[in-house]
Amino acid sequence: METAPKPGKDVPPKKDKLQTKRKKPRRYWEEETVPTTAGASPGPPRNKKNRELRPQRPKNAHILKKSRISKKPQVPKKPREWKNPESQSGLSGAQDPFPGPAPVPVEVVQKFCRIDKSRKLPHSKAKTRSRLEVAEAEEEETSIKAARSELLLAEEPGFLEGEDGEDTAKICQADIVEAVDIASAAKHFDLNLRQFGPYRLNYSRTGRHLAFGGRRGHVAALDWVTKKLMCEINVMEAVRDIRFLHSEALLAVAQNRWLHIYDNQGIELHCIRRCDRVTRLEFLPFHFLLATASETGFLTYLDVSVGKIVAALNARAGRLDVMSQNPYNAVIHLGHSNGTVSLWSPAMKEPLAKILCHRGGVRAVAVDSTGTYMATSGLDHQLKIFDLRGTYQPLSTRTLPHGAGHLAFSQRGLLVAGMGDVVNIWAGQGKASPPSLEQPYLTHRLSGPVHGLQFCPFEDVLGVGHTGGITSMLVPGASEPNFDGLESNPYRSRKQRQEWEVKALLEKVPAELICLDPRALAEVDVISLEQGKKEQIERLGYDPQAKAPFQPKPKQKGRSSTASLVKRKRKVMDEEHRDKVRQSLQQQHHKEAKAKPTGARPSALDRFVR
Amino acid sequence: MTANRLAESLLALSQQEELADLPKDYLLSESEDEGDNDGERKHQKLLEAISSLDGKNRRKLAERSEASLKVSEFSVSSEGSGEKLVLADLLEPVKTSSSLATVKKQLSRVKSKKTVELPLNKEEIERIHREVAFNKTAQVLSKWDPVVLKNRQAEQLVFPLEKEEPAIAPIEHVLSGWKARTPLEQEIFNLLHKNKQPVTDPLLTPVEKASLRAMSLEEAKMRRAELQRARALQSYYEAKARREKKIKSKKYHKVVKKGKAKKALKEFEQLQKVNPTVALEEMEKIENARMMERMSLKHQNSGKWAKSKAIMAKYDLEARQAMQEQLSKNKELTQKLQVASESEEEEGGTEDVEELLVPDVVNEVQMNADGPNPWMLRSCTSDTKEAATQEDPEQLPELAAHEVSASGAEERPVAEEEILLREFEERQSLRKRSELNQDAEPASSQETKDSSSQEVLSELRALSQKLKEKHQSRKQKASSEGTVPQVQREEPAPEEEEPLLLQRPERVQTLEELEELGKEDCFQNKELPRPLLEGQQSERTPNNRPDAPKEKKEKEQLINLQNFLTTQSPSVRSLAVPTIIEELEDEEERNHRQMIKEAFAGDDVIRDFLKEKREAVEASKPKDVDLTLPGWGEWGGVGLKPSAKKRRQFLIKAPEGPPRKDKNLPNVIISEKRNIHAAAHQVQVLPYPFTHHRQFERTIQTPIGSTWNTQRAFQKLTTPKVVTKPGHIIKPIKAEDVGYQSSSRSDLPVIQRNPKRITTRHNKEEKL
Repeated sequence: METAPKPGKDVPPKKDKLQTKRKKPRRYWEEETVPTTAGASPGPPRNKKNRELRPQRPKNAHILKKSRISKKPQVPKKPREWKNPESQSGLSGAQDPFPGPAPVPVEVVQKFCRIDKSRKLPHSKAKTRSRLEVAEAEEEETSIKAARSELLLAEEPGFLEGEDGEDTAKICQADIVEAVDIASAAKHFDLNLRQFGPYRLNYSRTGRHLAFGGRRGHVAALDWVTKKLMCEINVMEAVRDIRFLHSEALLAVAQNRWLHIYDNQGIELHCIRRCDRVTRLEFLPFHFLLATASETGFLTYLDVSVGKIVAALNARAGRLDVMSQNPYNAVIHLGHSNGTVSLWSPAMKEPLAKILCHRGGVRAVAVDSTGTYMATSGLDHQLKIFDLRGTYQPLSTRTLPHGAGHLAFSQRGLLVAGMGDVVNIWAGQGKASPPSLEQPYLTHRLSGPVHGLQFCPFEDVLGVGHTGGITSMLVPGASEPNFDGLESNPYRSRKQRQEWEVKALLEKVPAELICLDPRALAEVDVISLEQGKKEQIERLGYDPQAKAPFQPKPKQKGRSSTASLVKRKRKVMDEEHRDKVRQSLQQQHHKEAKAKPTGARPSALDRFVR
Repeated sequence: MTANRLAESLLALSQQEELADLPKDYLLSESEDEGDNDGERKHQKLLEAISSLDGKNRRKLAERSEASLKVSEFSVSSEGSGEKLVLADLLEPVKTSSSLATVKKQLSRVKSKKTVELPLNKEEIERIHREVAFNKTAQVLSKWDPVVLKNRQAEQLVFPLEKEEPAIAPIEHVLSGWKARTPLEQEIFNLLHKNKQPVTDPLLTPVEKASLRAMSLEEAKMRRAELQRARALQSYYEAKARREKKIKSKKYHKVVKKGKAKKALKEFEQLQKVNPTVALEEMEKIENARMMERMSLKHQNSGKWAKSKAIMAKYDLEARQAMQEQLSKNKELTQKLQVASESEEEEGGTEDVEELLVPDVVNEVQMNADGPNPWMLRSCTSDTKEAATQEDPEQLPELAAHEVSASGAEERPVAEEEILLREFEERQSLRKRSELNQDAEPASSQETKDSSSQEVLSELRALSQKLKEKHQSRKQKASSEGTVPQVQREEPAPEEEEPLLLQRPERVQTLEELEELGKEDCFQNKELPRPLLEGQQSERTPNNRPDAPKEKKEKEQLINLQNFLTTQSPSVRSLAVPTIIEELEDEEERNHRQMIKEAFAGDDVIRDFLKEKREAVEASKPKDVDLTLPGWGEWGGVGLKPSAKKRRQFLIKAPEGPPRKDKNLPNVIISEKRNIHAAAHQVQVLPYPFTHHRQFERTIQTPIGSTWNTQRAFQKLTTPKVVTKPGHIIKPIKAEDVGYQSSSRSDLPVIQRNPKRITTRHNKEEKL
């Protein structure tokens, strides 16, 4: 689902309740009684993440430049209305050097505009036009407000820059760890778990918790930032995949036979026998759907809020073991052995779309967070990036020496591919651009072949599960620096989590609304509209919306004779007819013009040809 | 009522009688008896009318129908006199007595009085009253229209309507004992004190307050009314002036002028008495005006002299000449200056003016035809043809004249048309000369002129015909020439196509060719050449051979797909190569490739996909409905099929749906099925002011939830339309609330004046 970045609503750390004895608020002009408090005036330190990777940049200067450069004639500024111009210069007589509200950069405003003004509207009546104008004015106002609130997104993404000409891919983890602060350095770690085979892993939506399951039955969940273990069990069965449900309290584990759900204590809550031989799991957070792909070729949607299976779809393509979700529209992408990727929604029994991607089977699929790009890798050793905005054509293709077995996109559009025991990360130019496969951004070698990959949300961290255990590596600039405190707050307390859970459940999106273009839901259902019209016409026997036939106005002085009335009527009819003929002729002309191939361009010497 | 009517009838009768008086006198001599009878009847009627005047039915007098000379003292008859009775006659005998003067006067008054209109009946009166009342009320209520409109369009209405003006009180008033404490406040107050600004009590100086309350509403209204009146007066004056200016009557203007002159004279005389120097100046002015008038030839035709000459001109030759002279002079003076080139061509005396009417096209065409540019010739000749056909016989001489002037100038090209033209022109010039000669003679012979012009016309027609033929033939030639190059131009294309067409069946047999073709219509967005993998070609050929050549499009798709999938993309340069491969890289890779090749030797991914797509396309196509019933109208039975004609007749073809979304995407199948579950959540009815779904969609495109908006924006987007303050009485809107002054009494005058009627009407409506 579509979400606009919202200003970070950080919840300040709770103050100790015992301390809250009401003191008289001290004003700044009063004598400083306690000298120590003055020094500690800036509020509690903000939650620092590993943004320290970047060199300190004069932030203020940057912002100032932004606001001054912005030339936006379009963005209307409401000039302040002053009754008398003298009052503008206050009592002191000083002029406001920046009168009016602060300017807003156009590009930022454009980002929040949702009305597609390129589409032409049919001619509308005055009343309709006023409504449209109101809608447009509202959109502009709200987008300006949103653009203004961008100022509150204080954090900036991290980045890694090589010294002139230096390849960033040559920078190894050790160098990065050395360069960053201790807190960030602590986020790079290795878990040596050689005993229980290759690991799959999953971060919770807030990015605070990590769950991993080894092939040989080892399942564990932990708060990876503080390294506090929540549970560790062995399910005594092969673990195919592991996934957090909507919160970190619930954990779905695809085991050899059935799907099991555990809580964060490691207690088994459910065993879902209708989902058997599950190979891959995906969780759609806004729909509360757990999508499972099984060896039997079924894609099953399980509504975890009510515990019902919403849809079980037969993909008719054999064993399914490649699956990913499109975070933009909650469509599930399945990779098949015949080189196609199919797109699924629980509302439809057949795939929404099928894309032929590779000559061999598809090994991995990943979709970026904006739903614009899809990366696929196949048995033909190729890595392709597809455009999902209607064309489904590959934007870039590269052959990897040893095909990528696992792919993942980060929140800011970085692409990671696991090839054997090496992970390669590619970065794009900006946030909305596809990763360029020309040069890897970072590479890292692991102690064993990769089995699971995921970028941690809201942290510049990539988690890799492999035969040797789990590796958490630092990838500067991987994820969104600002989080929505009401939506996915990494620092939330248990109470807050419960609150959020209730709200999220109330806002649960029905499963049948999943479709390729979620914006289409905000459109009128034209087919039923027309059908309804037809039915109405049939019921009434006439078309109530039809244009009334022209009735000539009665005139005086004997000009309203029947003959003249008929004549006038005829005139109008003829005019209409002529219009119609003209239009049809024009259309024909257009068609012909289109059909006619533009031959050799006429040369200037043609005039001499007789 | 009845009395009224009676009086009316009586009067009408008397009038009629009076009118009838005159002709009757004539008639009397001829047919006395008839007149007698008539008079008697009328008299009887009058009597009846008079008797019934007082309302009571009087005892009827015995009527005498037979003729008698006896005169009853009760019933007055006009039998003896033999004249019709008129009202005046009644009074004739009393004429002398002065005592009856009053009665006479009354009678005359009765006579002079017009008939009183019959009062309308009750319903009609009421209807009229109602109509008037409605109009008045509507007018009174119409002043609320802007208020209603404003309220309807308002984003939010807050009730109760009247708001307490937030009293702007300085903080000193609100808080007693307030002192400036903070450093900032202290500083500010220091500054204020220094500048001697009012700090505490009167925060605003009286002048400022006055300026704030500068104009009250009443004042503003008065001022506005004044301005309005001034504007209206001005507009009246302007309209009057305009109207007077428009009057065409010369007499009127003459009168006005005379009046003005008189007035001016009077004033001048007065001035002479009072101030002689100023009068002198005035005199000079008047003289000047007269001179101007004389100098300007404004009234050349309307002067006395001119008029007399016009009358004389019929008979007197001299007068005619004088008039002509004057006219020519006038024309000379009033005409605009002509361009030199045209003036040089003007030769005829009286025809000059006409010549100006000749369209420029003629001149242009001639010039062009003479011009040296051979490329322009064709179009020009066609133009001349058109012009020639359009020209009037009157204009022909001019044309000839042009040609005469042009003929001497330069030589022509040797085209046939030119020769023809020249011949024609020579003839024309000859004729023209003769004509000129004729013109020079005082007595112009009309007939010869006519004949000559006709000759010219016929000749020109012939010429144009010839020209036309020439032109057409040339055109044909040109067209044939044009078609030949076209054909030649087209020929290479079939030559190009032919091999393709010929090749088509065998073309795909070898994949090299296919590859070439693929290269030709390769996507443009593919920057990198994508050669086919060599090893796979031989394997793929048998599979790829299509069944029929007609599946051209699919072939193209196939080719595209081939290209799309089998191209070798540049391999990624990676610093870290996976360890396992690193050891035995080459060997491993080769082995791996071999393995893949073997693995995918049998199944053709692309062909399968295309087949699937074709099936999907077929499935989504709308199906035709076949309504043929076997055995109807022909033999039926096992093994017999209905005839093709019949099948054609009863096949209802399904309309072709919109193009598929994946029409131009060879590697994609997009399902065309509709998501009914999602459609249930979509809007299915257009709300009122919208006529097209796209208009409505535009208004709902911006999300209003707090997830997508800032808090402020969310609150603004979701404000309720109407807000009521709890615990407040919402009173109906008053005129004062919206700035009108009218009291409630004057609001609805009609309703209050006759409330009864209204209420009865309401009751009626209720009953209905």
